[in-house]
Formats: sequence, structure tokens, C-alpha cells
Amino acid sequence: MTTPFYVAPEQMMKDRADYARKGIARGRSLVAMAYEHGVLICAENPSSTLHKVSEIYDRIAFAGVGKYNEFDQLRIAGVRHADLKGFTYSREDVEARSLANNYAQMLGQTFTHEMKPLEVEILVAEITDTPGEEQLFHILYDGTVNDQRDFVVLGGDSEAITRRVRDTYQPGLSASAALEVARAALAGEERSLQDGDLEVAMLSRMRGRRTFHRVDDDEISDL
Amino acid sequence: MTLPFFPRGTDPGPDFATLVRRHGTEPFPAPQTPHLPEHITHGTTCVAVRYADGVVMAGDRRATSGNLIAHRSIEKVFSADRHSAVAIAGAAGPAVEMVRLFQLQLEHYEKVEGAALSLEGKANQLGQMLRSNLPAAMSGLAVVPIFAGFDLARNTGRLFEYDITGGRYEESDYAATGSGSLHAETVIKVGYRREMTAEEAVRLLVESLFQAADADSATGGADTLRGIYPIIATISEAGFERIDDEVVGAQFVEVAEQFAANHREVNQ
Repeated sequence: MTTPFYVAPEQMMKDRADYARKGIARGRSLVAMAYEHGVLICAENPSSTLHKVSEIYDRIAFAGVGKYNEFDQLRIAGVRHADLKGFTYSREDVEARSLANNYAQMLGQTFTHEMKPLEVEILVAEITDTPGEEQLFHILYDGTVNDQRDFVVLGGDSEAITRRVRDTYQPGLSASAALEVARAALAGEERSLQDGDLEVAMLSRMRGRRTFHRVDDDEISDL
Repeated sequence: MTLPFFPRGTDPGPDFATLVRRHGTEPFPAPQTPHLPEHITHGTTCVAVRYADGVVMAGDRRATSGNLIAHRSIEKVFSADRHSAVAIAGAAGPAVEMVRLFQLQLEHYEKVEGAALSLEGKANQLGQMLRSNLPAAMSGLAVVPIFAGFDLARNTGRLFEYDITGGRYEESDYAATGSGSLHAETVIKVGYRREMTAEEAVRLLVESLFQAADADSATGGADTLRGIYPIIATISEAGFERIDDEVVGAQFVEVAEQFAANHREVNQ
């Protein structure tokens, strides 16, 4: 009988984290921020059909970076969770915090118990009727959750992008100003991003019950 | 409530009713008892007509339980999603629940798939729900809806009637359901013209509900004492828009005055 090689738990976790981080860094990043009427989410995404940002529920949006098939599976699970909960209880009872906790549990479980961690970082954003009460839950590949009120950056290059957003961001920006902050931060100094390179969506208090709204290329130029 | 994940092969896809079943709730339970209580609350008359820019739908506000008025202000006309509406007659409990499930079904599909169903697809979905409800319908909990919407692909309003078996019948001009539908439909049949304006179509529906309420005790007309009026909504390219109660109320007053004036002439 052969004895399996001993691998220290620290080493195993580190290897998995490196693996996940490498996978995430291969994709492009995403910025979400509170603006005047809610939350604006802007992703660098040249595809106009494979979305990184989508609707979960009336006031909740989802965004993911990393491996598309993995975060899309999480997105669908989120939609199912929210719709089932709203059907069983009431629409008011569906909230981002519980969904973010569920995602964190699931990602944490996968990270510790499965061979391969999920190569994703996800965002669950929620707005209320009151400006300043936006919530941005940022969940990492290992189940770590952070919650932010103002802005959050997901993806490989997040440190540099966060620095750039922090320099220009202020609360209560208009949609167009927020978009320009996001565009400039994602692009950095050497590049410039065109409308077609971006995927933009918002949760807006101005839009009735379903607050999620996808901003297409024509609308981006109108902003 | 944990995140719903499914092993390969058992995934419910974008179908919300299947998801609800997987979750352990039957959305269309047939009653287990052989005899239902004698008087189940029933919703009554709903009508819809096509006009130049889409469809107008209307429903009275009365629910009856046997010979009693059970509710004076229930709603039977609902937006199913942005470009379609559903109106219900029949057993009020299952009917309202069916609408809730139907609304969620359309929204769930749209979110999971990233694109809305076609109008035809929505109409078929409602038919399938009615078929699932057949065992309940056979034991007295029948639901008979009308579905109407604006077909964005064909750029026109469309109307669908159903029977309790889930049979789906597209109507070209108008549709009616519920106990007062016979009277309401006759009024519409006589007054209907293709390419009516929204105002003309609303007026025709007001007249039809007025006559239905006049002849059918289960149909509520305008309740001027309490300020409760039938719900009327237009569904056009701009989406579902409910018409203000004041506008509907004023139309009812006009129709009633006309009716009273005719009778005064007869009696003189």
C-alpha cells in the first residue's frame, strides 16, 4: 500500500487560492458604484451577448468576473433563490444580505472541500428607496464577503483600479459622471475604452418595481 | 432557504412552476376532499377588445360567494409583464394564485434566459398552467382567464381565450369571460369596429360592463357610493397602462345618464 504524499493544509489552501486568483486575473475587471439614483455597474466586456451583469430581483443585481460558466451558474441559482423566496413569502422579504450569505457559504464549501475552487469573484448589489443606503456585497472565490456602501472593484487588477476610482469618486454622482469615473478607472492611463468595450447596467430608483436596467451602446453615448 | 442547485439532468431550466415543484410545493393542488364547501368565492366578468394600437382589457370588481357579495373591490385584471395582461374569472383563490405564478413564470424566464418569451410563448404557458389545474377544475375550482398583449415581433395587439382544459383560442377582435360575459360580449359584438381609438374602445368596454352588471347579479358595475370602478387598462407598444379611476368613473356616469334618459323617454 502506498502512503499518499503529505501536503500541509497551509500549502493546499495557498495552491488553491493561487489557482483561483490566476483564473480570475485572466478576465477583465468590473466597477460598481453608488450614484445619484442607485447603483451603476460597469464592466469591461467586448461581448454584447454574454453578460457579466444581470438582474436577480426587483432591487438586486448580480455581477461576476472570472470564468463565465461558473459565475453564470451562480447567477441562475441566485435568480431561483430570489424568485422562490418571493413566491413563498413576499417580494419585500427578498434581500441581498441573505443571498450574499448563501453565495459565501457555497463558495467557501467548494473552496475547502472540492478539488477545484471556483474561479470567480461576484457582486450582489441592492438599492433601497433612500439614497445612501446602497449595499454592495463583494464575495471572493473562497467565500470571503466584504460589504461596501460607495464603490467596489472586482477582478484581477482590482488594486490599481480601486486606487484610481478612489481618487475621482464622490457620492451622489450623476449617471454619466459615474460612468466616466468607471471608464477611466478601468482603462488606466495607457488605454482608452470605447462604448462598445463596456457593459453597463444600473439599479435605478427612477424605474418602478423592477429597478434593473441594461444600458445599451446607444444609451451609453446619450449619457 | 439555501441556494437551489440541481444535479445534471434534473435542472428545471427557466421553468418556474417546475422549480416550485422541485422545491416541494405543488402549485396546482387538486382538493383531496370529494366535496368542496357549497359556496366558493368566484370572480366574474372580464372583457377585452383590440383597438388600433393594441388591446384594452377590463374587469369588474365583484367577487360573489353563492348569492352573497364576498368582495367589492377585488382585482381581476393584472399586468402579466410589461407588454401583456391577464384577466381572470372563476374560483377566486386559485385564479389569483395562478396569476401570481404566471407573472413570476414570465419574469423568471426572462431573467434566467436573458430574453423575454414571445407573446405566443406566454399564451402557451398560461394554457399549460390551466391544464395543470384541470384536476382542481374538475372538483369545482375552475379558472377561466383571458390573455392579451402587444406582440412586439408582429407589431399588433393579440387576444387569447381559454377553457378549463387549457384549450387556447386566439380571437381576432374581442374576448369575454365570466358569468356576465354573455351580456358583455353582445354589447361589444354590436358596437365593435376595427381600428377604434383607445377612447372608443374604453367606452365600448364601459358600456359592456354596465349592461352585464344590469343583467347579471354577480357582476359589479360602478359602485359610486364607495368610488369603486372596474379596472380598465390598455396594452400597446408603450406597455401596460391602467386608466385612472376618475376617467373610468366619468365614463360610467355618462353611460348611466344616457341609459336613464332613454328610460325617461320611454316612460313619458
